[in-house]
Amino acid sequence: MTKRFALGIFDDEDVLMHAIENVRAAGVKIYEVFTPFPIHGIDDALGIERSRLPIAAFFYGMCGLAFALWMQIYMLGFDWPMIIGGKPHIALPAFIPVSFELTVFFTCHGMVITFYTISKLYPRWRTPVLDVRSTDDKFVMAIEINESTDLNNLSKLLRENGASEVNEKEMTKN
Amino acid sequence: MQHVSPVREPLVTGGKSYHDVTQDVCRQVEAAPNVRWMAALSVALFFLGIFLYSVYRTLWYGIGEWGLNKTVGWAWDITNFVWWVGIGHAGTLISAVLLLFRQKWRSSINRAAEAMTIFAVICAAMFPVLHMGRPWLAYWVFPLQNTFGSLWVNFNSPLLWDVFAISTYFTVSLVFWYTGLVPDFATIRDRAKGPIAKVAYSLLSMGWTGSAKHWSRYETVSLILAGVSTPLVLSVHTIVSMDFATSVVPGWHTTIFPPYFVAGAIFSGFAMVLTLMLITRVVFKLEDYITMEHIALMNKIMMITGSIVGVAYITEFFIAWYSQVEFEQYAFINRATGPYWWAYWSMMTCNVISPQLVWIRRVRYSIPLTFILSIIVNIGMWFERFVIIVTSLHRDYLPSSWVMFSPTIIDIGIYVGTLGLFFTLFLLFAKFFPVVNMAEVKTVLKYTVDNGPTYTGHDPHHDLIHKPTTHGVPANAPVNYNKHD
Repeated sequence: MTKRFALGIFDDEDVLMHAIENVRAAGVKIYEVFTPFPIHGIDDALGIERSRLPIAAFFYGMCGLAFALWMQIYMLGFDWPMIIGGKPHIALPAFIPVSFELTVFFTCHGMVITFYTISKLYPRWRTPVLDVRSTDDKFVMAIEINESTDLNNLSKLLRENGASEVNEKEMTKN
Repeated sequence: MQHVSPVREPLVTGGKSYHDVTQDVCRQVEAAPNVRWMAALSVALFFLGIFLYSVYRTLWYGIGEWGLNKTVGWAWDITNFVWWVGIGHAGTLISAVLLLFRQKWRSSINRAAEAMTIFAVICAAMFPVLHMGRPWLAYWVFPLQNTFGSLWVNFNSPLLWDVFAISTYFTVSLVFWYTGLVPDFATIRDRAKGPIAKVAYSLLSMGWTGSAKHWSRYETVSLILAGVSTPLVLSVHTIVSMDFATSVVPGWHTTIFPPYFVAGAIFSGFAMVLTLMLITRVVFKLEDYITMEHIALMNKIMMITGSIVGVAYITEFFIAWYSQVEFEQYAFINRATGPYWWAYWSMMTCNVISPQLVWIRRVRYSIPLTFILSIIVNIGMWFERFVIIVTSLHRDYLPSSWVMFSPTIIDIGIYVGTLGLFFTLFLLFAKFFPVVNMAEVKTVLKYTVDNGPTYTGHDPHHDLIHKPTTHGVPANAPVNYNKHD
């Protein structure tokens, strides 16, 4: 499916932040904003919901902890109990290090895999971008347009709010 | 003359714009390899060759190629293992702990420091794996069913804890480092001219576009990774120290080991970071990003951790005397005055006395002195592990089995070989990956004195403040405005 976008190009993140506020206030829906680095407070300005990744991370960590405890208690306590240094079969204090490490292991990898999956980030042969400068020094505001959009007005709105350029671009998304 | 301290020292000098940051960092990735880099790589590859030959000898002829004997069954390899793991810790400290403490200056050094962590852990892992004698059976350390001919692994053993700690540490660091690299790979991808570079960096960048939603999640992921890496890095060296502390060998059986080892690890790690950064900033012309302020700050951390290590040495000695345990007392007297006295006093000089020179401002801000100091500290920290391990073992409870340990040429070959491995990996990283985290440096660019706020909007709140100043310093002030000297 091919989509058409109006791209407002900004040179500075403070200008962009104000532009986001004003453009949204004018009732224009912002499709996406591309920036070269994370900008403090941009999620609130764009109305992006707070990520629930921390909850997922906590869940993965608990899974890791449960798995580690089960593994050690089952292996040394039930499957093949052995007396090691006269200690009890289920010597919980000695199980702390491995339990901790596996908690961290599961938290980290579970969360990172989730992050890449939900963000649809995976290796691709080529990556189409709306404006290549958005990974360098430009802040790009993409607004989806169609035949009924008043381009002149939109362009004026963006320029009034500090956009240094306003471009049009088509992008095929599947 | 009246001296006014700036609220913050500039983090990036030279009045860089966002585009300048991209240019400066991408320059060496895009340019053809230069002669200095090729020369350095050839030296590193030569040492890598020594490593491969020594490994071949060890595997073909067996562990008998090493200098170990019945009494000292653990010496050169474990010394090098602990040394390398310790070096790795500074990278995580910079990337995780300093992120949690919001130390913005970390942003220009964290990429390279984290790369150092990963390569150092790879080097460290070589030693226990080779010491197995049959590395092709290395998977036996994992809890696998006993159809492989063994029982379950022993979860009461610190050596097994090490397996879990090091593998978790390595994979978590790798993922943390890679996730940070993704946006910078996207920058290189979007600038790339050649078809191969375009495809390669497109694959590496995982389709990153820098959308606000991705950045928001990215920041959440970084924060949580930092949060879990901080206790992780402490646990790793704690567990490494427990390899010794849970035994009953005099000189090892002490409760001070975990904090003492962690401090030592950060101490040696910062020394290595300094060594690498001082070279990198000159070779890749990154003096504006890795500034004298960075060097001074890293020196200060080195001095603090060095002092903790010094206190630990003295505490150990005091407790040996205070405990009234004859064996413990002898172990320490033997360290300082026995046949390995030279190793002990090298350690004391390098680790306790030399970092105190950093109190002097001129030393802290001097590149040659810092460089020499960082090398000295690394030598000292190597001796620390050697002293702890060899002097405790070579004269054990039974005087009839007292011996001396000396390394063979193969032992030395593996050690200098891992240096070759480390520098080969680091040089390849420095050539093909962005050595400075561009995205993060761009976020701190406006914190610098010489890049005042470029705000041009019409927010009434902003007009109340004097607009053209940052932290009380004029935005158009020269670079070295109100520096101390």
